[in-house]
Amino acid sequence: MANKLIVSPSPHVQSMQSTASIMRDVVIALIPALVVSTVVFGVNVLGLTALSVAACVLFEYLIQRFLVKGSCTICNWSAVVTGVLLAFNLPASIPWWIVVIGAFVAIAVAKMTFGGLGKNPFNPALVGRVFLLIAYPVQMTTFPAVANPALDALSGATPLAAVKHGVEAGVLPVQDLLLGNMPGSLGEVSAVALLVGFAYLLWRRVITWHIPVTVLATMALFAFCVALARGGEASLLWQFPLFHLLAGGALLGSIFMATDYATSPMTVKGAVIYAVGIGAITMCIRLWGAYPEGMSFAILIMNSVTPLLNKYVKPKRFGVK
Amino acid sequence: MGGVHPSENKLSRAKAIEVLPLPEVVQIPLAQHIGAPATAKVAKGDKVLTGQLIAEATGFMSANIHAPISGTVQSVDLQPNGQGVRQMMITIKREGDEWVDTIDRSTELKKECTLAPQEIIAKIKEAGIVGMGGATFPTQVKLSVPPGKKAECLIINGVECEPYLTSDHRTMLEHGEELLVGVTILMKAIGVSKAYIGIENNKPDAIAHLQQLAASYPGVEVTPLKVRYPQGGEKQLIAAVTGRQVPPPPALPIDVGAVVCNASTTYAVYRAVQKNMPLIERVVTITGKGLKEPKNLLTRMGTPISTLIEAAGGLPENAGKVINGGPMMGRAMVNLDSPVTKGCSGITVMCGAEAERKSAGQCMKCAKCVAACPMGLEPYLLSKLSQKKKWDEVEAQMITSCIECGCCQSTCPAYLPLLDWVRLGKQTVMGIIRARMAAAAPKK
Repeated sequence: MANKLIVSPSPHVQSMQSTASIMRDVVIALIPALVVSTVVFGVNVLGLTALSVAACVLFEYLIQRFLVKGSCTICNWSAVVTGVLLAFNLPASIPWWIVVIGAFVAIAVAKMTFGGLGKNPFNPALVGRVFLLIAYPVQMTTFPAVANPALDALSGATPLAAVKHGVEAGVLPVQDLLLGNMPGSLGEVSAVALLVGFAYLLWRRVITWHIPVTVLATMALFAFCVALARGGEASLLWQFPLFHLLAGGALLGSIFMATDYATSPMTVKGAVIYAVGIGAITMCIRLWGAYPEGMSFAILIMNSVTPLLNKYVKPKRFGVK
Repeated sequence: MGGVHPSENKLSRAKAIEVLPLPEVVQIPLAQHIGAPATAKVAKGDKVLTGQLIAEATGFMSANIHAPISGTVQSVDLQPNGQGVRQMMITIKREGDEWVDTIDRSTELKKECTLAPQEIIAKIKEAGIVGMGGATFPTQVKLSVPPGKKAECLIINGVECEPYLTSDHRTMLEHGEELLVGVTILMKAIGVSKAYIGIENNKPDAIAHLQQLAASYPGVEVTPLKVRYPQGGEKQLIAAVTGRQVPPPPALPIDVGAVVCNASTTYAVYRAVQKNMPLIERVVTITGKGLKEPKNLLTRMGTPISTLIEAAGGLPENAGKVINGGPMMGRAMVNLDSPVTKGCSGITVMCGAEAERKSAGQCMKCAKCVAACPMGLEPYLLSKLSQKKKWDEVEAQMITSCIECGCCQSTCPAYLPLLDWVRLGKQTVMGIIRARMAAAAPKK
């Protein structure tokens, strides 16, 4: 027998997906939002995103090479994803050195300290963002007006902040919220672009619908109940929930951050509980907290619950009633 | 619930069953079924006829074995099996083709069966029939409904969810009428009035053919099923057809009133009961993307697997792996001269890169293994706990429910050897459970 045969236990079939292909798909899914952001805030956006990605990849490379002394992990694209998501959570006017600090906190503190991909308890990009929000509150909450002269510029406050400070949006700018014609962090401005990314991720089987849909449904229901309790015009009953879904980081967070593999629960049941928690906490912070936006905090808080959910919420075992 | 949809690759689906020429020498392992190995009834130098009993079932959980060719017994000794493990085998050198004269070799359909249930089961036992889908569970044991239990329906497994394999598919197409008579015989044996033939939708020709035939067999219904591996697993099939889930081990399908029998096995039952034909041949799919001519071969038991590979155009230059069975649950072989046995539904040859395991990365908790597990287990957790030798914990996480279908590992984007670890954990835990039961049993 000329052939040397390989002997290994079954199965003899392996996935067409790989860690790298999945991470690459997430990056691809973020491209529409990047394009819209560039149109809205100017080319500066591309520079910021590139810087964030480069810093994240470099920090991971250096730590893996000189501290962990393990095999190179940057080829799995996960640092790229963290880099893009971190940039997407920053205002376009952020100074470059703050971006680098954010990247360091995200990769060095939130990810590599715990052993790298799959072992971090909190979403690295969000840890980076929240660190910056607390350390550099002024730079992190100054949003430039929309740069594109072709668009009808809104004021410098994000829609959520405007509502927070008692400025009732007279007419709900649904079209602006959908297309991204509003101030905000880089990645959160266009609902349409984010939903295109969501569709792509579903089609490529990178994520399932459970977490994003549950987060958004919880938020909508919560907003609906609040609107109902407050009374007022009947049209608010749908406008108020819709506003909360489209404004701020609700879509970016629920589609791209809450679905982070390592920090979300392993079972569908667990994921639904987790997502309900994120939706409810976000709305509490938005309505009654000190910050106009609560998505980041809500996700990080529920990240901390994930190990418990994994321990106690088990899949439906076959044959067990 | 759960499951995956690997590329089907049914290369030989349209190839009619061909008869492989009689082999010159056959090797017959005494252990080719679940349970005790059979006891050899022949010795070196004995002349045997085709269909003659050469090894007898040892006790209840065992199966008879018959000579697949006529000739002289050359040896009864240890020979390497497909995995290179030495097993007791009877080696027969062929001389002509002389049959035991009670066997009816005609192809004429014989519908009437006037035997009583016990007589049917006795004939099936006599013919040495075992589950031919790969599990090789002795069929007469399956049909002997334990006291206190009651069979409510018969389910014929025509799912063939393993990629590549087409032997059940071709049998259903080419021996549909005999198969249906087999179904009625099995219904009578276990005393049920309802039978379902479960077939996945990727075999529309078999579904249409059997539906048309089943119209004249009262109580027999063809159930088309959505394509989903591992739906051909006994528990999955029962759930798909009846909606009932078999509880975790030690519960059996009969606990939910179901008896499941594979399609090829049902055809073998027909031949055993109506034609006195023991289980001495079967259809084997010889397949693989690198093979010149994938096909379905009617093969005598004991034929060297290398003969089948030659019949399909020989082993390709870059062949890297030869699997006894399909790519999801089959076993990689080291010895290609080992024989075809009762449970061998196919031989899959993999070439080049597809034969190699890609190097494993790091678990990123994507939860795809949890979503894919048809038993509702958490493979990532079982694998991790098994690596850490936490046997109490893996037992509490129901590792013994694992059916080793391989969905978890085949869906893992980090290419982790999940099932390797789960198997280790499962076997260890089963050993612990046996030891515990032995310790708890009253001492004699």
